[in-house]
Amino acid sequence: MLNFLTYLVNGISLGSIYAIIALGYTMVYGIAKMLNFAHGDVIMIGSYLIYTFMVTGGVNPLLSVLLAMVCCTVLGIVTEKVAYKPLRGASSSLAVLITAIGVSYLLQNLALLIFTANPKSFSPVITWEGISLFDGELRIQGVTIVTIITSLIVLVCLQLFINRTRQGQAMIAVSEDKGAAALMGINVNNTISLTFAIGSGLAAVAGALLCSAYPNLTPYTGAMPGIKAFVAAVLGGIGSIPGAMIGGLTLGVIESLSKRYISTQLADAIVFSILIIVLLVRPTGLLGKKIQEKV
Amino acid sequence: MMKMTKQTRRDLITYGIVIVFYIVMQLLDLAGILSFHVKGLLVPLCYYAIAAVALNLVVGILGDLSLGHAGFMCIGAFSSSLFSVTLKDSGFPAGLRFFLALLIGTFFAALFGFLIGIPVLRLNGDYLAIVTLAFGEIIKNILAAVYFGYDEEGLHIAFKSFPLQGEGKMLINGAMGIQGTPTDSTFTIAVVILLLALFIVQNIVRSRTGRAIMSIRDNRIAAEAVGIQITKYKMTAFTISAAIAGTAGVLFSHNTTTLTATSTYFGYNVSILILVYVVLGGIGNIRGSVIATAILYILPEMLRGLSNYRMLIYAIVLIIIMLINWAPAAITFREKYGISAYLARRKENRTPVSDMGSGKGGS
Repeated sequence: MLNFLTYLVNGISLGSIYAIIALGYTMVYGIAKMLNFAHGDVIMIGSYLIYTFMVTGGVNPLLSVLLAMVCCTVLGIVTEKVAYKPLRGASSSLAVLITAIGVSYLLQNLALLIFTANPKSFSPVITWEGISLFDGELRIQGVTIVTIITSLIVLVCLQLFINRTRQGQAMIAVSEDKGAAALMGINVNNTISLTFAIGSGLAAVAGALLCSAYPNLTPYTGAMPGIKAFVAAVLGGIGSIPGAMIGGLTLGVIESLSKRYISTQLADAIVFSILIIVLLVRPTGLLGKKIQEKV
Repeated sequence: MMKMTKQTRRDLITYGIVIVFYIVMQLLDLAGILSFHVKGLLVPLCYYAIAAVALNLVVGILGDLSLGHAGFMCIGAFSSSLFSVTLKDSGFPAGLRFFLALLIGTFFAALFGFLIGIPVLRLNGDYLAIVTLAFGEIIKNILAAVYFGYDEEGLHIAFKSFPLQGEGKMLINGAMGIQGTPTDSTFTIAVVILLLALFIVQNIVRSRTGRAIMSIRDNRIAAEAVGIQITKYKMTAFTISAAIAGTAGVLFSHNTTTLTATSTYFGYNVSILILVYVVLGGIGNIRGSVIATAILYILPEMLRGLSNYRMLIYAIVLIIIMLINWAPAAITFREKYGISAYLARRKENRTPVSDMGSGKGGS
């Protein structure tokens, strides 16, 4: 039973990381209608930045994360302006998808060139030992607790930002109808840039948490969590912020438990099967809105 | 002389390009110019081209984004390898064995394409893309974890390693995959299959079926309203595409002795790689897929001298090509100042026919 609880808590922690990544995905998708395949690589870049600041620069861990967030935000805005914005209004939505793949290759190979393929051992950002419950039978690591709390804070802040501020309302408006939003005096380009900025900033946070939990950093670290987080976003209903959270947590818990109780190798297959089953029952995800097709 | 339609001529040019490429390569080989390294690239080039043609049928002609074609390649590769490995030492004629292997790989990929198509094709747009990606990953994951072998007690299949009783053989050894597939794939066979794939896809596009499929792409609701059975045609296109991708997988597995279901060969990144070929060649342009594959497959190899920088350059080139080709601003610029606009101004008596979607590079 305690064993089960340990894996459940680990799953929630992993799920929280997926959720933070998925929030970035879902916001960008909701507003720009693009699958940002480079999002996972922004996480990787963020992790490398934190690593560099902490290990090479000797900067305080928390400050490193903040610096990395700033850098990733800038990175997100720059890639959006250079690579994605010119393709807005292209005749096929595949164009921007392929460009995102190009950006993903670019970031991976840049990291490969600078940091080489040798895995970097990430020294933990969180040094807190954690707590033990039931006379030490159940140990919860500090990283796990911090991860879960961070994701909750992020979720609440994001919800408040979107529902309570003018910028957040502008985001909703742009994601509903770009043209109408522009007519209402919303600066669509800036709103999209802001979304990319927030998504990329969150990616740096996710990178810090991911690498604290799994301290093995390579140029390909971000790819698989990125895809899984995207699956989480779709599972929860893409475009929906609580959906990303629920999707992420579901995915994390299922992955952790199936690794423990079914098979390590088949865990990914099980995660993806869940997505397929959910989409067959609810084609727009758990919390997604059904869009009526007009003729 | 027989009168050819413009379309037939276009198709014949496509076959011509492939055949000329084949002859040139053979001549270079005879002259001893081709290095061993380059020769090793010819078969992979063909199977990526075949996969790109297959994917273009779904992405370009049917208009649905599939990110799971590597999964169908994986099924084709594993089913055919299983067959070939079993028959390898039985004195079965090698030519016939490979022919049957091709059929088996194609059949199983088609079967899975059909089965996966039933749920997947109910979805639309990006949801469909992510579900095909999920299916591709599931196939890869299961094939990387499964153990399959026979011994005196019969056939065994499990997700854990198991001991064999007496005489027997482990056919699929978990993550170690299938060992000892005969290397039957040759450049000639690969080119013949590429031509066959082109023949099939191009003729589908020109047929009544093809027009029905394209009508679904252009306007699903209108197509349904005029009585086109959406599900039937979507399934047809998806299954044929999966089958052709499976054939590419057979060529892949019979080109190496060790077949493992790793991400390098069958992960979603491979599906994406093929998608890049399709999009750069021109969505819906079958000939473009082949040419783009040839250029993009060879480009990183040509840059090998730049070692670490080559993939970086590849990525930058990819982004720039996409921006030049697809950005509305670049298209307007090209229409005003490009070569074709210049030629059109010179030939003022004729209105130029714009070649939509052929994706001709930044002229």
